[in-house]
Amino acid sequence: MSERIYVFKLFERFWHWAQAALIIFLMLTAFDIHGTYTIFGFEKAVAYHTIAAWTLIGLWVFAIFWHFTTGEWKQYIPTTEKVVAMMNYYLFGIFKNAPHPFRLTTLRKHNPLQRLAYLFILVCVGPLLWITGGLYLFYDKWPAWGLGNLPLEWVATGHTIGAFMMLAFLIAHVYLTTAGHTPTAHIKAMITGWEEVD
Amino acid sequence: MEARYIKATLALCCAAWLAATGPVLAEEAKPEAKPVKLTTTADHTKFKQLQKTFDSGPEVTKACLECHTEAAGQIHRTKHWKWEFLNPETKQTLGKKTILNNFCISIASNYASCTSCHVGYGWKDANFDFAKQENVDCLACHDTTGNYKKPPGFAGNPVTKDTEFPPGSGKIIKGIDLAKIAQKVGKSSRDTCGACHFNGGGGDGVKHGDMDSSLAAPTKDVDVHMDAEGLDFTCSTCHKTSSHDVAGSRYTPTAKDNKGVQVRGKAGSGNPATCVACHDNAPHKSVARLNQHATRIACQTCHIPTYARGGIATKMTWDWSTAGKRDKDGKHIILKDAKGRITYESRKGDFTLAENVKPEYAWFNGNVQFTLLSDKIEKTGQRTQINKMGGSPTDGKSMIWPMKVFRGSQPYDPVNKTLITPHTAGNDDTGFWKNLDWDKAIPVGMKDSGAPYSGKFDFIKTEMSWPITHMVAPKDKALGCVECHAKEGRLAGIQGVYLPARDNNKLVDTAGWAIVLLTLLGVIGHGALRIVTSRKH
Repeated sequence: MSERIYVFKLFERFWHWAQAALIIFLMLTAFDIHGTYTIFGFEKAVAYHTIAAWTLIGLWVFAIFWHFTTGEWKQYIPTTEKVVAMMNYYLFGIFKNAPHPFRLTTLRKHNPLQRLAYLFILVCVGPLLWITGGLYLFYDKWPAWGLGNLPLEWVATGHTIGAFMMLAFLIAHVYLTTAGHTPTAHIKAMITGWEEVD
Repeated sequence: MEARYIKATLALCCAAWLAATGPVLAEEAKPEAKPVKLTTTADHTKFKQLQKTFDSGPEVTKACLECHTEAAGQIHRTKHWKWEFLNPETKQTLGKKTILNNFCISIASNYASCTSCHVGYGWKDANFDFAKQENVDCLACHDTTGNYKKPPGFAGNPVTKDTEFPPGSGKIIKGIDLAKIAQKVGKSSRDTCGACHFNGGGGDGVKHGDMDSSLAAPTKDVDVHMDAEGLDFTCSTCHKTSSHDVAGSRYTPTAKDNKGVQVRGKAGSGNPATCVACHDNAPHKSVARLNQHATRIACQTCHIPTYARGGIATKMTWDWSTAGKRDKDGKHIILKDAKGRITYESRKGDFTLAENVKPEYAWFNGNVQFTLLSDKIEKTGQRTQINKMGGSPTDGKSMIWPMKVFRGSQPYDPVNKTLITPHTAGNDDTGFWKNLDWDKAIPVGMKDSGAPYSGKFDFIKTEMSWPITHMVAPKDKALGCVECHAKEGRLAGIQGVYLPARDNNKLVDTAGWAIVLLTLLGVIGHGALRIVTSRKH
């Protein structure tokens, strides 16, 4: 028998989907700016990318506030417990219909691999994108900030590295949503808040 | 009561009609329209000195000098007079008197024709007296009538009596009344400057591409500053003159002006003709990011999207090596394109012309090194640069500039390895434009230049760069981002800057896409395996 538990609160779901849409839109415009393809054209792509970036920053302000006031930030504290078990599950168990080694609760809604992945995004990819992106946004202020000699190439290359990492994460992330109790269990949970568990 | 009311109404109507039509009638009655702007406090028609018949230019100048006692002395110190300029940086002696180009090549031995654009009278050979005050031509710059003409062939003299020219040709050049012109002198205008500068290279728009007769009364789209119905700048609004010395130089151009607006009492860059002299170094208000662009990119690069925009074509190439052909009757040939522009002339060779030309772009620091007659040149696979434009992304003095690059082929001496100054213009036996004979034309020209000639000539491919700075478009017509931020954009050949969309780090892109692809393959493989194995269970 399966049971249902409430894992994602309303704000959290809003945050997730708004962020998802913004990040996908940022990627779409990003590779337009990068010269990979032309959808909006450089000028519009830059304008849209900038608006989306500022919107995302605004969203984060609320998300950070929410995480600290609700204590939900603790969900991202890394743990080594069951990491090997999780990797074994994804590499072997999942094909043998073995039981999921992690049983989520409202207090531990991310499995150990998720925690590590999200923390990596938060600590490595995020700051790389924020710092380089922030510098990009304030390109005209560099001389005033004493950064007149900072090569744009470094900033641009750093931002591009971050973008590729984020894109790879996005692909894996979307795929792993199908690895729940049923292929759509995780997605349903992210929409309704309720996750079916074994 | 009612009748009085009607009378009053009629009277009012009449008065209104008069008020409405009166000024129009009065204007029609006026014999001559008054100048739009009164720019002078002296009415020269009232001066006794000018109420006489002038038979020559110097006579007019003598009259001018009676009041403007120091004017000729001021002119004597300028490039406009001396056609000589010592570049303090390169130590090269330049000026029209000395340099060569790849248009009509050189003024040596061709003075009588070329000096129709000299601010003087009588420079017909190398013995011209540069110290004589009355040799200064005041009218060339101060004529306001548009009637003042200095036809080529008269050594800078106007023609005051009807004259057959060339002698025996039956063509009559009409004499002009210098007194009428002298009585109407005023400030210089787009027309007076343009009489020579629009026609550089021998015709309208030929040389510069960003200067032609469309600037005499341009629309806003052709030049936002000179817009005849708008700001209506004259040349001297920017090329601010001091003691008759006109600001601005093609020998020592200001490639980068980081000294901001020129305010009275504050020392600026010294050149009032730069964009920055009025607009400052950070003129973009709504998109501040563009101010950062302006630290590496000359204003002209974005704000002059194309040159020769006024409907007048500029010459792009000139091949002297094909000159000299005759038709079966032995006569000179002139070929024209569909638009009636000359594309071949026996006297000059083959041309190509173009309108609305996208400039070429280069780092430019203002340093211009000329290839002079005294310089050795080699015929190689590369074009000889008549003027080598200095600049690099790293010297801290360069900006990315738009250029007209004029390419041609011109005579050179393969033995002495020098350029050649042929005798072209002149109604004589050796002038190339008359007799189409290089063997006669070259020795005469080289002798006049005081340069050795081996007796052998060949043609060498040359190029000359002309920084584009006029024909500034309205701001909504400035270049859009994508013109340069693209794989094959306008700045495709510019090194030393990272241009988003044009540039990327090849390693990062390769590795990035590899990781993305591997992730995608990984999840597809993983998913496929899950589907296969789930069926077994």
